[in-house]
Amino acid sequence: MTKHRLVVARPVPHAVTERAQAEFDAVVSDRADLTPDEVIHALTEHQAEALFLSSNLKLTSALIASLPDSVRVAATCSVGFDHIDVPAAKARGLIVTNTPEVLTDATADLAFMLVLCACRRAWEYVQVMRDGWNRSFGMREMLGTQVSGKSIGIVGFGRIGRAVAQRARGFNMKVFYTDVARVAPELEEGAVFVPSLHELLPQVQVLSLHAPGGAATDKLMNAETIGLLPRGAVLVNAARGSLVDEDALIAALQSGHLFAAGLDVFRNEPGFDTRLAELPNVFLTPHMGSATLETRNAMGFRALDNIAAVLDGKPAIDPLWT
Amino acid sequence: MGKPVLLVTRRLPPAIEARATRDYDARLSLDDAPVTGADILARAEGASAVLCCPAERLDGATIAALPDTVRVIGTFSVGFDHIDMAAARRRGIPVVNTPDVLSVATAECAMLLILAAARRAGEGERMVRAGRWTGWTPTQLLGIQVSGRRLGIFGMGRIGRELGAMARGFGMAVHYRNRRRLPPDLELGAAFHDTDEGFLAACDVLSLHAPGGEGTRHWLDARRIGLLPRGAVVVNTGRGTLVDDAALIAALRSGQIAAAGLDVYDGEPLVNAGYLELENVVLLPHQGSGTVETRTAMGNLVLDGIDAVLAGQVPDNVVG
Repeated sequence: MTKHRLVVARPVPHAVTERAQAEFDAVVSDRADLTPDEVIHALTEHQAEALFLSSNLKLTSALIASLPDSVRVAATCSVGFDHIDVPAAKARGLIVTNTPEVLTDATADLAFMLVLCACRRAWEYVQVMRDGWNRSFGMREMLGTQVSGKSIGIVGFGRIGRAVAQRARGFNMKVFYTDVARVAPELEEGAVFVPSLHELLPQVQVLSLHAPGGAATDKLMNAETIGLLPRGAVLVNAARGSLVDEDALIAALQSGHLFAAGLDVFRNEPGFDTRLAELPNVFLTPHMGSATLETRNAMGFRALDNIAAVLDGKPAIDPLWT
Repeated sequence: MGKPVLLVTRRLPPAIEARATRDYDARLSLDDAPVTGADILARAEGASAVLCCPAERLDGATIAALPDTVRVIGTFSVGFDHIDMAAARRRGIPVVNTPDVLSVATAECAMLLILAAARRAGEGERMVRAGRWTGWTPTQLLGIQVSGRRLGIFGMGRIGRELGAMARGFGMAVHYRNRRRLPPDLELGAAFHDTDEGFLAACDVLSLHAPGGEGTRHWLDARRIGLLPRGAVVVNTGRGTLVDDAALIAALRSGQIAAAGLDVYDGEPLVNAGYLELENVVLLPHQGSGTVETRTAMGNLVLDGIDAVLAGQVPDNVVG
């Protein structure tokens, strides 16, 4: 049986490359990300039936219009699909898939790491050490705020939000959440549903965002909503940079209204607001919520599974629409 | 009758200084400068109690020279290696400390280091701050997934057990090595190991929580590091002396150990310079108990002990 023809548009973990080459007639960009022109060229040359991409490649209506007819499925190795023009893909009859579920644990781990690092002043401490410590601190010098026993608010109680709640329980935190609707009681595991963000915020000392991006949630956290958090609260965002008004966040971190913040995502990536890098009371990571070898392999495999299903004439596992 | 005099060697959390001032004729430190034994003696005239901190050495000569009025020494710490306990006994001066109340904060610090080391947070942070982040890629800064891994806890006392509870929220399987097996209500399903070999082979992540002293000095040496699975993560919030630094640094270079997170150091506040050159370490300046909540709880506990001794009682937190 001939193998299906595939183009992988950027370097992926070794195990994913190996599987792509074993199971497909695959062209894999092993060294650098392909540009949009190179993607079209490779797809055309190879008469490819599938495109494996991730968020760096903007699947615009123009790019979709220039895809060769042979391409039937585009699999993005990500949960988010802000980079894909969904109406244009639909109109073209292109099947597009993503990779939900497999990055839940890795992202929840990283979100909780940011909670700990922000509360316990990890960035400042690491800098003290890099500068050559060499003196004992006084007993009330550079103290952090304890995580255990505090209240945590989770905005967006999907898979990742619930996984963060599970981790928070190990720290005896009281868990509150808000979402468009209350989840089933067996998924709550004691978490308290609060119908609105405005009612949630005054009750929580730590806030972790897990809502989707898009216009409806743009600047969900702004000067007004940040102001509803109690003084000394900690804000963590490992979801979408668009959820936070960074001007308001920076002001609250400077004034002390917020004790600290932990951020893995930014309104502009990688060209983030460098005023954040001047602040001592933030912990910043470069969008690495899913950055474990195990999870990136699982994401890559899931994208390949989706491609194989479609090209074998079966329904996609994770279609963006049905 | 006036209030008894309490000498406090360093600045303490505001709530604790307020309590000390309320209940005592408190001689507080205003500048928070490190103090020597001679400094303490110079300020101890007429004091009923001395409240010291772990960076100060109360050696035999200092204790012998304390004025006769001193009836109790409090230390703002769990450990009391810095106090010559035999000299205190000879003088009949009880010493009170701050056990138990640091457990949660220290376990939090260990969990922070496990996550930050495994997930390469230090490298990520430095990349962002230095403006070296050029965008997301599928292979950038790939770390080790913590959830679902095996955590080995060396020393299953209060801190170890608190860490076990936290790790279970991450779906980690908990293994431990301890002098004795714990009863089931404290073990909570953690797997007990009675040999180093069996224990270390089960550690994807190893966290050290044993006491210091000669019996555990350099426990984590080249041989035991070699018994860990290749690519394990090592975290130490217990005692700096538990680790043979040269052996750990070599293993971090070779890849036998993928990453380490350290809050305590052999010879601190001096740190083996080999660590400072490594990207795959996360280093903290002994801040395991460094939260406002915990430092306040420590202060209240040591003042409770001082109050009790001066009232003629024997509190639970008398040591030695």
